Amino acid sequence: MIYTKPTYKPQYENFIGGEWVAPISGEYFDNISPVDGEVLTKIPRSNEKDCEAAILAANKAFQSFKHTSVIERSTLLNKIADAIEANLENIAIAETLDNGKAIRETLNADVPLVVDHFRYFASVIRAESGTVSDLDENTISQEIHEPYGVVAQIIPWNFPLLMAAWKLAPAIAAGNCVVMKPASATPMSILLLMETIQSVLPKGVINIINGAGGKIGKYLSTHELVKKVGFTGETTTGQLIMQYATENIIPSTLELGGKSPNIFLESIMDADDEFFDKAIEGLVLFAFNSGEVCTCPSRALIQESIYEPFMARVLERVKAIKLGNPLDTECMMGAQCSLNQKEKIMEYIKIGKEEGAELLIGGDVYKSETNPNGFYIQPTLFKGHNKMRIFQEEIFGPVLAVTTFKDEEEALAIANDTIYGLGSGVWSRDAHQLHKFSRGIEAGRVWVNCYHIYPSHASFGGYKKSGIGRETHMMMLNSYRHTKNILTSYNKNKLGFF
Amino acid sequence: MKRLDVTPAAAEVIERLKKEHGELVFNQSGGCCDGTAPMCYEKGDFYVPSRNVKLGEICGCEFFIDKDQFEYFKHSFITIDVREEKAAFGNSFSLEIDLGYQFITKSRIFTDEEYKQLLEEEK
Repeated sequence: MIYTKPTYKPQYENFIGGEWVAPISGEYFDNISPVDGEVLTKIPRSNEKDCEAAILAANKAFQSFKHTSVIERSTLLNKIADAIEANLENIAIAETLDNGKAIRETLNADVPLVVDHFRYFASVIRAESGTVSDLDENTISQEIHEPYGVVAQIIPWNFPLLMAAWKLAPAIAAGNCVVMKPASATPMSILLLMETIQSVLPKGVINIINGAGGKIGKYLSTHELVKKVGFTGETTTGQLIMQYATENIIPSTLELGGKSPNIFLESIMDADDEFFDKAIEGLVLFAFNSGEVCTCPSRALIQESIYEPFMARVLERVKAIKLGNPLDTECMMGAQCSLNQKEKIMEYIKIGKEEGAELLIGGDVYKSETNPNGFYIQPTLFKGHNKMRIFQEEIFGPVLAVTTFKDEEEALAIANDTIYGLGSGVWSRDAHQLHKFSRGIEAGRVWVNCYHIYPSHASFGGYKKSGIGRETHMMMLNSYRHTKNILTSYNKNKLGFF
Repeated sequence: MKRLDVTPAAAEVIERLKKEHGELVFNQSGGCCDGTAPMCYEKGDFYVPSRNVKLGEICGCEFFIDKDQFEYFKHSFITIDVREEKAAFGNSFSLEIDLGYQFITKSRIFTDEEYKQLLEEEK
């Protein structure tokens, strides 16, 4: 089935205090679809004054939202989930057109995961409690939670809606109000989502402000009313945000990418069965979301003894990846998110060739017949060694760097020889080996005999330069609230010091 | 022998940014989304990590890279270029995006001869 491209409103506005508000400057920028290179709509180019309005709206909303009961917030999150689910198809189409990813991904992964994320946080806040301790016969200590207030969230363009949900759901569940800045490459789908949930959302609880990050990013991160900043993006801006956070002494959560190893041990080929089939898919998942995933399994480490037969089967599977129109449910890999990103990936393919890596498949742009002006690249595999730049830098595209290892020790050494530590995968039929690798890999997520699964109730985040803090899982609630200790003495007698 | 150069087009944008912001500093970024692009900030606004490596200067502005990143960048000759980007300018805080541009890092691997000469000169 091929979905038809809908016509969208010619222009969107910022969403501030529950209203659609034009940018004060009156300036807009084009939102270009990577699917066909055409303008989808126009998006506000905001400045500091727009940010100020959004922060004040969030702060005003917080004055009442902080008093909402857990039941009220849980109900709100469920209503948000229901509204999104009722409009799932339209939102999925918008996400595909905005980001370029294949419609089978937005229909079956991105948007259903968004819905689930709101439902997950709606549930867990009903079931959790603070703690009470009897410190002695007459002294009671209570640990309770209170929201921070206004939080700023700056999200990336690879999963525009899911990354929004990962940040919004726990923040609201904990009782905060949000000012969010979507990535300029993918601003439309989140605005469409806001239209969908607008009628159930109290005014000012979520505010969306669009534009270039340079000035407004600083304004948001340094504003005295902003009590926390969440950011997903590259390392230098991550450092800058941490530095800005020192101005008002507030916390920041940073997710800054990875170069995730996916390790295949020889026992996977002990039988040519369902599990081996799963392992082949596990490697080819580097092409999921056109490779634009922070946890993309972008380094495949394969045991030397199985390299030739395993790679033969892998290449067959890579050849079977159907490119084409992302709005076609048969399409398996869509477009890269922007022209800039496409060119950056092509630059890496050039670097790989110059460094002497062996090109196993792909290595060029993909010329789409239906969308000649879209931004497409062929799934590409290089074989080389771990010191090459294509093994060390996050390419953020469908480019896999493959290398081999002799034994477990060498595999672990290569896996950990990276500045990042976000995702990783290990594949084996040997339970002892699986344990050794899952504990030995320095990364926040180890997928054991699986990859690219993102349940709400499993924490996600980085070791090393992949960032600080976690996302998903109910532990996220504590990233969005204070802990207050109430220490009560029921003893009638004084301490006796004075 | 240099490690770093700038295209005339990028130099023009840098000069415009200098007029608006004063002295600038560059830091090569890494990681997700807009990673592997140079980030341009006002000098003094970005605290350059004390162990970062200075790759050189462009238009009189210092250009740094994380010391671990330098380990695998050291064999590459870098040219800072720019492209007009009126729409999809990512989510970084780099200053040129407000003007509708995006700086790009272009690389060429040094030949063995060049790299030997470079190391000699840097001794």
